[in-house]
Amino acid sequence: MTQAVKALPTAAEAKLAADFADARKVLPGSGAVHALRTAAFDSFVVAGLPSRRVEAWHYTDLRGALREALPMAAQPPASATSALRVRLEKLVPRIAGLKTWRLVLVDGYFIADLSDAAALPKGVRVMSLADALVCGDAAAVELLAARGLGESDVALALNTAFMQGGVLVDIAQNTTLEQPLEIVSLSSGAVGQAVYARSALRVSKGAQVTLIESEACESMTAEHRNCALVIAVGEGASVEHVFVPAPLASGSTYVASLMTTLAASANFNSFTLALGGGLLRRQAFMRFDGAQGRGQLAGASLLKGKDHADTTLIVQHVAPHCHSREYFKTVLDGDATGVYQGKVSVAPGAQKTDGAMKSHAILLSDGASMNNKPELEIFADDVVCGHGATVAQLDDDQVFYAMARGLPKEDAQAMLLEAFVDEATDRVENEALRAHLTTLIGAWLSARRS
Amino acid sequence: MIEIRNLHAEIDGKKIINGLSLIVKDGEVAAIMGPNGSGKSTLSYVISGRVGYEVTGGEILLNGESILEMNAAERASKGVFLAFQYPLEIPGVTTMTFLKACLNAQRKSRGEAELTTPDFIKRVKTGADKLGVPQEMLRRALNVGFSGGEKKRMEVLQMSLLEPTFAILDETDSGLDIDALRIVSEGVNALRDPKRSFLVITHYQRLLDYIVPDTVHVMSKGQIVKTGGKDLALELEANGYRDYVGEAA
Repeated sequence: MTQAVKALPTAAEAKLAADFADARKVLPGSGAVHALRTAAFDSFVVAGLPSRRVEAWHYTDLRGALREALPMAAQPPASATSALRVRLEKLVPRIAGLKTWRLVLVDGYFIADLSDAAALPKGVRVMSLADALVCGDAAAVELLAARGLGESDVALALNTAFMQGGVLVDIAQNTTLEQPLEIVSLSSGAVGQAVYARSALRVSKGAQVTLIESEACESMTAEHRNCALVIAVGEGASVEHVFVPAPLASGSTYVASLMTTLAASANFNSFTLALGGGLLRRQAFMRFDGAQGRGQLAGASLLKGKDHADTTLIVQHVAPHCHSREYFKTVLDGDATGVYQGKVSVAPGAQKTDGAMKSHAILLSDGASMNNKPELEIFADDVVCGHGATVAQLDDDQVFYAMARGLPKEDAQAMLLEAFVDEATDRVENEALRAHLTTLIGAWLSARRS
Repeated sequence: MIEIRNLHAEIDGKKIINGLSLIVKDGEVAAIMGPNGSGKSTLSYVISGRVGYEVTGGEILLNGESILEMNAAERASKGVFLAFQYPLEIPGVTTMTFLKACLNAQRKSRGEAELTTPDFIKRVKTGADKLGVPQEMLRRALNVGFSGGEKKRMEVLQMSLLEPTFAILDETDSGLDIDALRIVSEGVNALRDPKRSFLVITHYQRLLDYIVPDTVHVMSKGQIVKTGGKDLALELEANGYRDYVGEAA
């Protein structure tokens, strides 16, 4: 008889277990929700925090990074959130040239008073996560559970176990939103805390939505964020999604999971811009449930100092005739570490799948490193799938060419890097959003110059 | 005016320029000819300040000022221009964006005001029309997918916008058909000016039928081994370099 060797729990793991024992009584939801939380937590107890021993986490050692488990964020008092009203626009500036309906989360909790909930048009229903879990509506719980997406991932399981705040948005059939929805996540950050938010967007048949996730931290205190977003794109519906995680204080960890399902003829286009700060694990799980779906996961990561950003994707082609694209650009300076892991799996029945995955990185320093791991797992015989991954330096010849025309070296490099990253941002369809991303990228590049 | 005094330069420890001296006066068009491997392109890179080319001795003076301590961008702002033998493709950067960034960077370094967009566009359009560069090309990524002739025309357009005081044309004729050669040469000739000097590097005499030089220098083994008038080019065309290549020590 063999016995699995299990490491002793770390201080963080022990604290998480104690926290869950206390929190399970007060976390929102009962019955099915309770069962969901408990099953998720049990899987954590068995596996422990993900470390390099777990293949999916080989390049991001969460177990090592989480030296302690920070206390769970509490629901901010009404006095604190009303005081935020004035500061909010400054902390999270409006995107130039783009009106949005804002849904505001403070430390993960949905704050209706700070949101544009009243201004939302017909066909859009918004509810806090707690309300959805407490009322126990089976459809809402199933939506949030996102079954079959990232189920073996322990970090996501922790989010399932502890999910305390978030917002649920329901878009009725054939609703076309005239302006984007913007989920604004603000960290009050006064003391180090752990935030477990889970939000969901259900886009019914034929509806069209743009969803932006904007974030800011009020003070740079190390925190642990473990947040998840579920997007269910209905038949023939179309969703464009842009996520800009806030750069966190050093010592922070951020696991941001995205779980997407696409029904037949659905269209999903997601972009993540990571600008460093602490340890970020961006993991996206996307599944094609109906034929003729089109899904794209794209993004750019700009990293310096000791930043660590991990992009891990799992794309599951279950239905035939679907089209998936993954396209990521990474720029690394200083001692930064980048990770790209992408897996496209094609089930036996998913014939005529068209999948293409690319990850390109540029290293600007000797200390920076990039880990690329693209994978294809194909069980159908009539598909077109490919992947490409590169790691390179800036082309000295191009830099010299621009310098010989009078551009200072730093400007020449910035111009070339911007062009490199633009190839990813070009995939964002909303023009104002694209401009917004370009501005953020330009700011990162000029900060590097000075 | 550019004055090169007893220049020595090497790359990766290999000596390429061995005590080269050369003066190109204001308004002068000087041609440098020489066999493969004589160091012509290296000379153009050393003058324009490419990293990796180490100057181990001598001096380069542009209008009396030493440029050896300047980087390529600073030299460009001082008036040095290199038309590349193989212009680089810059994916993702439109020609317009590139031209504007370079022009304004040079103006800024000279303490001049940046050009407004309408002023800039007007200048580019005027220059482009003269060289037969279609507007559509200006909206494309610089040199990406351009033919050899288009790339060389783009080099001359850049030169006309940046208005250098000293321009090096590194084998500008390579890869050009006769019509393109004529257009590019006319573009260069239009820029001839009493205050501007040119160094035209070429293998073949043909280019010099179009851009008629004031002086012709023969380069061999990293030195100037013979200097003459434009007739020297014809003589080289007829007899080859063999009379001169032995002269370098």
